[in-house]
Amino acid sequence: MSCYCSYLSPIIPLLANNGDKFPMGASILKDRSIAIRERPEGTCGLIMAQIQKQVALTCKRFALLMALLSASLALSAFFAGLIGRVEIPPSEVVRSILTELGLMKDPSLNDAWPVVVLHIRLSRICLSMFVGMALAVAGATFQGIFRNPLADPFTIGVSTGAAFGASLALFLGFGHHALFGLGFLPLASLAGALLALSAVVALGRINGRLRRETMVLAGIVVATSLSALISLIKSLDEESVSSIVFWVMGSFQGRGWSHVGFALPYMTAGWILIGIHARELDLLSLGDIQAKQLGVDVDRVRLRLLIGASLLTAAAVSVSGVIGFVGLVVPHLIRLTLGAEHRPLLILSALLGGMALLWSDVAARILLPGGEELPVGVVTALLGGPFFCLLLRTRKGGEIP
Amino acid sequence: MIEIDSLHCGYGDREVLKGIDLRLDAGEMTGILGPNGGGKSTLLLAIAGVIPVRSGSIRLGGKEIARTEARWKARRMASVPQRSTYLFPFRCLSVVLMGRYPYLRSWGDYSRRDMGVALEVMDQTDILPLAQRRITEVSGGESQMVIIARALAQEAEVLLLDEATSSLDVARKIQVFDLLREKNRQGMTLLCVMHDLNLAALYCRRLVFLKEGKVVLDGPTSEVFNDYNLSRIYEADIRVSRHPVTGVPQAHFVPGGNGPVDP
Repeated sequence: MSCYCSYLSPIIPLLANNGDKFPMGASILKDRSIAIRERPEGTCGLIMAQIQKQVALTCKRFALLMALLSASLALSAFFAGLIGRVEIPPSEVVRSILTELGLMKDPSLNDAWPVVVLHIRLSRICLSMFVGMALAVAGATFQGIFRNPLADPFTIGVSTGAAFGASLALFLGFGHHALFGLGFLPLASLAGALLALSAVVALGRINGRLRRETMVLAGIVVATSLSALISLIKSLDEESVSSIVFWVMGSFQGRGWSHVGFALPYMTAGWILIGIHARELDLLSLGDIQAKQLGVDVDRVRLRLLIGASLLTAAAVSVSGVIGFVGLVVPHLIRLTLGAEHRPLLILSALLGGMALLWSDVAARILLPGGEELPVGVVTALLGGPFFCLLLRTRKGGEIP
Repeated sequence: MIEIDSLHCGYGDREVLKGIDLRLDAGEMTGILGPNGGGKSTLLLAIAGVIPVRSGSIRLGGKEIARTEARWKARRMASVPQRSTYLFPFRCLSVVLMGRYPYLRSWGDYSRRDMGVALEVMDQTDILPLAQRRITEVSGGESQMVIIARALAQEAEVLLLDEATSSLDVARKIQVFDLLREKNRQGMTLLCVMHDLNLAALYCRRLVFLKEGKVVLDGPTSEVFNDYNLSRIYEADIRVSRHPVTGVPQAHFVPGGNGPVDP
């Protein structure tokens, strides 16, 4: 043991002299330059070389996954744009886009097509993508903060709280106001989301400990009560049943660019807030005490992360209603493939979440014959429900306090 | 280095620490012993500044702990908990690098130096081969070594260990404490909560006994580690003999003992 650092000591000063930072991305697992220049004989050198190789591999996998997901997302957006009630051939779709962007003039093009492609389809595709990104990042954040693999904006009642806030604002008549050019509705949603979150945390706490099952139970209690209140408000408002279904089950029907513009500023704020504290999320997931011992200002960071995740949920819900399970399933799939470090996890979750909701919405559009639409929440629940059961049944990694 | 004055601490209605006075000098390696529920872990948490102090004060290098910033504390004091539960499959190297968090700037990523320190402490604790394994998949003893490495990566002057080696086998215990003694010789101050009396006597030069929230005994191992003190404090028949190799006192437990023996 006395000579434990003998083989490393020659490279430590070499590492220390160079102040280069690792680029963001595959967290720490990036440094190919800690190559052992003079590899000493024996196993230590071999182990170091192995770590190098594995680190490089993890890094490559992250880059590959990111490239793959980004490319699929772009392709998905294009192919989803081909699907709709009006049949438009792919070439015409491309020409419509180019025409609308002013890059091409084609008198033979049907006048209605650019409108259909860009203002009906593409806006909806973008919105579903952003909402999916927001929900997946919010889900990953809630899971990390609460150390709860079952957490998701929907299962812990935050989404329904947001929907309630929005419904109440609309009922009271100031849902359509704007504040400094920003829509007011997401703010009302945020208030509802934070209210529901505090209620769930208060209800789920037994003897000062927030157990994961009781938290989800509290989430269901809060969500059920608030859903009933939403239905009541909507009925008093003499609105149609479809409006209740919109808020409770979620839908992108009739949504356009205005809704994207409306939600995106709030989503961006949420993403930035969470992005800044992504690394703290790693430490928080070890529990409060260890996070504090490692130097995290737990109360402040957690509050910021909770507000960030609530912002994302509120912005998503205010334009699309309550859509469940995206935030639950997506982060788990990424963890299985790449690991738990939150920086890469959040980025990849956003990409996969965007894609998942985009295609769920396409399914919602086309599954029913005769032009009727399914609420998109039905599709995500059909896909996510079984996964939720699976998570509930497995207790990997022992008892979680 | 650490000055504790009439410290009271507790959870809810229960007061666990009932007036602790303790001075720890830089470079000491002190064992905290005593029966269960005596407040040993609570004392460590209070020193680390992670639980609120009811009254009294804890100062580190003259500064009141309760009024210092989290990162400032983490650069000076590192803690090893008894055991940790992991929800998410972090890689072991990532867990060790978390020990470098207090040195990060808010936006920055780990520097080469951080990486170098992490690899060095992983080498010292003999867990380099685990670097890329998931913490949820390694054994309990291995994951404890990862946590010890993480604490060393904090490069703190003070190391607080709460039953840090309880889940390790004998060889690993000795390996960890040999390393800790080496760190102590290099100037690190260590405070170890222990259940294993003999391990404490082997490595700690000073022992502090806590019972029912108070310091009942405090002194050099060679003076305080004897039949009478141990039997009284633990309320069991304990006899002390010399270690055959090092000569330090070692405890033996007498089965069916009738509690404390008279001097």
